[in-house]
Order: sequence, then C-alpha cells, then structure tokens
Amino acid sequence: MTSILIRGGRVIDPSRGTDGVADVLVEGNTIAAVGRGIEAPDGAQVIDATGKVVAPGLIDLHVHLREPGQEDLETVASGAMAAAAGGFTAVCAMPNTDPVTDNQAAVGFIVSQAQRAGKARVYPIGAVTLGQRGEQLAEFGELVGAGAVAVSDDGKPVGSSHMMRTALEYARTFGIPVANHCEEMSLAQGGAMHEGLVSTRLGLKGIPAAAEEIMVARDIILAELTGGHVHLCHMSTRGSVELIRRGKEKGVRVTAEATPHHFSLTHERCEGYDTNAKMNPPLREHEDVEAIRQGLKDGTIDVIASDHAPHHYDAKEREFDNAPNGIIGLETALGVAIRDLVESGVLSLPALIDRMSTRAARIFNLPGGTLAVGAPADVVVLDPTERWIVRPESFRSKSRNTPYAGAELVGRAHQTVVRGRIVFDIRTA
Amino acid sequence: MPTDAASLALGKDLVGLETLSPAQLRFILDTAEPFKEVSERAIKKVPALRGKTIVNLFFEASTRTRISFEFAEKRLSADTVNVATQGSSVSKGETLVDTARNLEAMRIDMVVIRHGSSGAAKFLGDRIASNVINAGDGKHEHPTQALLDLLTLRDKFGRIEGLKVAICGDILHSRVARSNIWGLTKLGAEVGVCGPPSLLPRDIEELGVTILPRIEDAIAWADALNVLRLQLERMQAGFIPSLREYNRVFGVTRDRLARAPKDLVILHPGPMNRGVEIDSDVADGEHSVILPQVTNGVAVRMAVLYLLAGGTGAVAAAARGEAA
Amino acid sequence: MPSRSPLLDERAIARTLARMAVEIVERCQGTEGLLLVGIQRRGVELAERLGRLIEASEGVQVPRGKLDITLYRDDLQTVGVGPVVGETHLPGTLDGRTVVIVDDVLYTGRTIRAALDELADFGRPRRILLCVLVDRGGRELPIQPDIAGRTVRVGPGERVDVLISELDGRDAVELARAD
Repeated sequence: MTSILIRGGRVIDPSRGTDGVADVLVEGNTIAAVGRGIEAPDGAQVIDATGKVVAPGLIDLHVHLREPGQEDLETVASGAMAAAAGGFTAVCAMPNTDPVTDNQAAVGFIVSQAQRAGKARVYPIGAVTLGQRGEQLAEFGELVGAGAVAVSDDGKPVGSSHMMRTALEYARTFGIPVANHCEEMSLAQGGAMHEGLVSTRLGLKGIPAAAEEIMVARDIILAELTGGHVHLCHMSTRGSVELIRRGKEKGVRVTAEATPHHFSLTHERCEGYDTNAKMNPPLREHEDVEAIRQGLKDGTIDVIASDHAPHHYDAKEREFDNAPNGIIGLETALGVAIRDLVESGVLSLPALIDRMSTRAARIFNLPGGTLAVGAPADVVVLDPTERWIVRPESFRSKSRNTPYAGAELVGRAHQTVVRGRIVFDIRTA
Repeated sequence: MPTDAASLALGKDLVGLETLSPAQLRFILDTAEPFKEVSERAIKKVPALRGKTIVNLFFEASTRTRISFEFAEKRLSADTVNVATQGSSVSKGETLVDTARNLEAMRIDMVVIRHGSSGAAKFLGDRIASNVINAGDGKHEHPTQALLDLLTLRDKFGRIEGLKVAICGDILHSRVARSNIWGLTKLGAEVGVCGPPSLLPRDIEELGVTILPRIEDAIAWADALNVLRLQLERMQAGFIPSLREYNRVFGVTRDRLARAPKDLVILHPGPMNRGVEIDSDVADGEHSVILPQVTNGVAVRMAVLYLLAGGTGAVAAAARGEAA
Repeated sequence: MPSRSPLLDERAIARTLARMAVEIVERCQGTEGLLLVGIQRRGVELAERLGRLIEASEGVQVPRGKLDITLYRDDLQTVGVGPVVGETHLPGTLDGRTVVIVDDVLYTGRTIRAALDELADFGRPRRILLCVLVDRGGRELPIQPDIAGRTVRVGPGERVDVLISELDGRDAVELARAD
C-alpha cells in the first residue's frame, strides 16, 4: 500500500471546522490520519507543506470538457489535467457535448475516459432533455445508473416551465439536483454583453439582468412547488442574489454557484471588443460583482464554479457579436478567488475552501470535500500567498481563451492528490 | 502650423469620434473647408493621394456612403477598389481576420470598412498596418457621417458650441446617433435624444444627453433636428407597432414645425423614409440642409483621408523637428 | 536660438517691390490679361501689394488669386502631423491669361513645380511668369525666376525668412543661422 505524508502544513478542513498546523497521512486511497508528529511509514512519499495550506481537494461543479465532439478544444484527459493543476480533485462535466450526454452510454464514455486519464475525478452531468432540445425528458435513472451526478441542459435554459417542473419532480426520485442555466431567451436573444452603459457605448445588443432574474424567480417558484432541488448555474446579478436569499429564507431547496469572473470582472472589461470578456451570462456591473461577493460571504451563493469553457483561438478571433461565449477557468479559479475574495477580506481562507470544496461536495452529494479519517484521499496543497502571472501558453488545458492573461493572481496549487496519488506536483510540472 | 501638432494627429485609424479630442474634431472640420472648393473646380482632382491604394470594403449594402468615399478618394487621385460582400469570398464564409490578412498581403494603403458588427473597424485596424476608416460598424459609430453633420451645422450657424441639437428616432440601433452624440458634446453643443423609449438605449443619459420624451418637446427645445432613418425591421421586431403610428406620434411634420418658437434646421443622414420619420415638405423645405450634408460628406471624407495619409511619416518628421 | 542678420529692412522691401511692379508690367507688355497669383501664405500678401502698386501706376484693376499648393506637394509623407491646407481662389478662367506667380522665397523649386501643376488643372494660361522677392539659390528642379527682388547666397545651415507686416507684424528679410 502506497502512502503519502503531507507534513507541517496549515490544515484547513471546513467539514470538521478545523484549521491548524498538522500532518496528513494518506494510505492507499483514503485519509489515514490527521495530527501532529505523524511518523512517515516506510516508503512513504513525504511532501513538506511548511508554510502552505493543506485542504480537501477543490471540486468544480461546472465545467465543459468538449469531449466527445470537440476534442481539439479539450478532452476529458486534458480537462482533468488542467483541473489537477488548478487544485481541483473533481469536476462535473456539463452534457452539451456532441453528441449530447443524454444517455447511459454517453455518461459511461465520460466515466471511462476519466478513469483512463487518471487525473482529477470527472463526474458527468446528464442532460435534462434529449439532445438538450427541451422536448422530452432524458432517462434520469439510466443516467444516474451510469454515473451522472446531476442533470442540466446548460448552455441553454430549460425554457418550458412545464418541462422544468417535471424535471424537478422526477429528479427527486434519484436525489439529484436539476442545474439550470437561467436565461429568459426572448429577452436575451442576440445579446452579446450586459445591457448597460458599456453596451450602449459599444453599440452591442445587451442582455438585461432581468433575463436572468426572471428565470431565477421561476426556478425558485418551481422548486417550491415541487420540493425538488434546483441548482442555479453561474449567477451574475444582484437581483438574482436577492431572489435566492429570499428563496432560501422560505426553505426552498435552491442552491447556487458563481464563477470567478462574475465576482472579479465587470462589463467594462468588454471595452475594445475583447472577445475574451464575452461570456454568458455576461460580465455585469460593479454593484452586481459586490452582490455576488456578498452572496458568497453570507452563503446565499453556495459555491464557486469555473464554467470552464474552452474555445479555439480563432473562434474568439472574431467580431464581438459573432464570437462564442465563455472562458476557461480551471487553472485560474483559485488564484482569482484568493486575490479577489480572501485578500480583499470578503472570505476567510477556510470559508473559501468551503465554497470551493466542502459545500460543493455536499450539494451535489459527491465524495470528498473533507479530510476526515477514512475519507477519499483527495487533497490539495496550496500556497495561498504566492503571486504569479497568468501565462496561458503554459496551461494544461488545450485552450487559451482567458481574460486573465498577464494578470497577477494570488495563490496556486502546489500538489494535488487524487485517490491517494499525486496527480499534479508543481515541482515536476 | 497649429501649436502642438502632435496632439492633433489622428493616429493610424479613424474608428470613432469617442476617442477624438475637441481640438482634433475642429482640425478635421477646418481641413474640410478647403476641400469643399476642390469639388467646385472644373477639374475636381488634386494629386494629394496619388499612388495610394484604397479598398472600400463594404460588408453591408450602402450606396451613398460608398459613393461619397469613392468620390473623395478619386478627387484626391487615389486608386480605389470596391469590394462588396455579394459574390466575394466574404460571403463564402471567410472570416474578417482572413480578409484582413489578404488585404495586408496586397499592400494596400487604406481600407474604408462598412460592417454589420460593432467593433469590426477596430478589429480590422488592430490587425493590419494600413489606415482603417470606419464607414459604419454595426450600432457603434459612423464617424464621417457625424463629421459631415457637424460641418453642416457649423456652416449654418457659424458655431457648434451652445447649439441645441435633438437627435430623433431609433437611437438604440443608430451608429449615426452615437457618433453625433460624441462629436456634438465634445464641441460644446447640447444634445437631446427623442424617440420611443423602446428605441432608446440603456443609460444613454450618462453620455451627457437629455431625453426629450415627445417630438413636440424636441421641436420646442432644439435649434436643429437630426432625424434618423427608421428601419422597417424595427416594426417586425416589435419595437414599435407600425410605421403609420410612428409617423403620427414621432414624425417630423410641417404642422409640428409650424408650432416651433423658431425656425429649425433639419438634418437627415439618409436615405429617408418620406412620410415615416420625416414628411416630404419638411425634407424638401427651406430649412432642410439634407443636400448640403451630402456635399459636405465628400469634403469631410477627403479631409479624413488626407489627414490619415499624411499621418504616417509625421511622427518621424516631428521628431526631426521639421516644420510643415 | 538662431542668430539673425538683416538682408532687407522695411524701406528696402518697399523699394524692391516698386521695382518688381514696374518689371512685371514691362515683361507682360502692359496689364492686358494679367493675373497675379500669390502662393499661400506670404506670396498672397506680396501679390496684393504688387497689385496695388501696379493699379496705382497704371490706373487699371489687376485681378489677384491665391493658390495653396499643399495638395500638390510631392512629400505628403514627410510634411508633418496634420498638414494644414489653405484656401485656393482663382477669379475667372485662366485660359489665355498671363499669370504671374508670386512667392516670397525661391529655394528648391518644388513649390513652384506644384503650383504649375495646380494651375494646369485650372486652365491653360497663355503664359506663366515667376516673380519672387528673394532667390536664395539651391534649386533641385530646372526652375528659374523671371523677376527676382533680390538674389542672395545662402550657406549651409542658413535660412532666409521673409516677414511681412500683415502676418508677422513687421516687414523684413533676414538671414537666420542655426547654431
């Protein structure tokens, strides 16, 4: 049995509310012991974590890995490697692949590709409707049986309220959340960025905040009606935060995520028609960024998810309104989060680990998110103070579309351990 | 030679008026003055841009802007090529970046671009060494149209500063409106916008303009009206109920103008929808400057072409301390 | 600061212009069809003064025009940021007339080459003469003045400046020497 001793780090485990210097011993694929003065067993690999933070591996509930269909942009293997390099031990892959992950075989394919890659864990998310066409429910039972952990038609909303209601009701059978991309399409159609002063100046069609909020309100109402668990993807507006806060107060089963870009960048980033600032939902206003941060602080927004969305460079080398939405985020999420949430005093480091790991595991009912003895040995060792410059050419992701190129971020993963194996080590990377 | 010539340099491209200084705007207008006279000569041609190759790259149909640029180019003795999207590689799916690289490879000096996407002119200018002039990009800017509007207003009133200009119609989709707002406010005019609220862009007041809710308000307030074309598609997209109702509620009509406290100068960037945004007897009336606008369009475009063409070697010349 | 030495003062300029005015009428055998065309900017003022002198002595109207040659220059790329274009105005037709081009200083000849090109685009004069206040030599083209107020020899690093009261507040011709 292989073992790893991670020695002398500040061990933060939000699942147990602990934060202090300790050693972590991994044996096989589980956590064997956490405490001070643990002796390294014979043949153990030793990681000196002095001055670093040891935490449960980060979990990203929202990534696009493009396989099958667009393997030139990303594959399950390259995405899982990028995840590991970003400190993630598990990611949830959205089903908007080609073909759509709407059946047992498609889910099984992603599971097996992830196993072959042997990097971060990849949990498939199945489609809500066949082909994500919004017409007929996918077979949730088959999807879950093959390994899906949630259902979503992400990339587009479940437009029909009836379909959303049915999905929420039916998903209860399997105890999985329905993750929705919140966008009222008749308001959002053709929009290229947030509707506001910047879209007015640039002459780009705007997507009003209301397009998101109408859908957020609808989904909360339907979750209340059905008792199902709705998970709201990539929340971007202050109105959405307010609606979720009220929903939670009423006891509705609503959870929500926010991306690093939505709590760090505003619509002004679209100046100069930078297509790496084009995403959906769009970058919003300063007040929205503040509200998202506040929502993360008070728990209204449960988790941080990257919405990692790889695109080929020449797809982004287009007129703004013809360029695709989305940016990659797996390798920058932690650095942006520490810089813009921890350094600015919004979240403590333990609270950040909670939003990026423990809570994510809990709301999607995933293994991990804890360093309890006997838990899966998914661990990250990170330096929370290291300042580094984003160089997209050194990304493990196959794509380079990021608005953070050249930016200075704070904090990065040094070692990532998945199932008791070091899958990323900055010293040998 | 004006003082601090370097601050007047327009740079490589003319993408919009938003980035120009008031002094640069005045300099373009002043330069346009002598070009008016060139178009009055028997031989309407000067050799200033002899040997320059200019491509007029029109991704959207346009008759008057393209012809105006072409006249301006030819009167400056440039060699011009017109590329319209119909039948060109562009309509076969070639991307703008590939088009740009191909133009670059052909060693052309200037590109005049009209494109349906906001930001297309800047996109092109950032990727090629040739000068790029924006002849209208999406809903963003149409700088030469606004410059000719400014020149026409200055001809008529002798000044821009202190004028009250109301821009009327579909502000939301109008690049002419945006360029006019920048140009007019920078030169000290007061700008009002008037149109159905469904056709006013979000936060437009933050650009320093006043919203005039009804056309009667605009007529009572303004010294000049710049009446925008109302596209038929706006009705189909549900922004307004019908062209007929638009004319009834927002049309610039002789009856409405008759109630104005003073005679208003009427501008229109064309092409006009007579009987929709403007009535024929207003368009053809004694206070319309719609035809002088067209004449000034050639002069302004000559000035812009000339100033951009002269700009390239200028930095080096300025560094050598040479006077003009 | 460049050092300056005077070549002509106000009275010397007045005498020179008076002589040039006489010479123009002699060379043109009268004032029939005569058109004085000043080159922007100081040539325009000099043409105006010559015109007044001829009108006073001959008792006839002498039409004047102004010519801006900026758009006919062969050095657009090097003229500097924001080349200023002045006004061009030529009264009536040029066909069959005697055009006298008036400029302040004749140097390389390139300005006059441009002026001849520009005049040709306006019509076909019977004859064109060149009249300059100062010929400072240094020609780069085969162009010579028909009438020159003064001919001066100018060394390297030296420049002839013509100042006239309408634009500069005083009348003077000076030799400026760069340090």
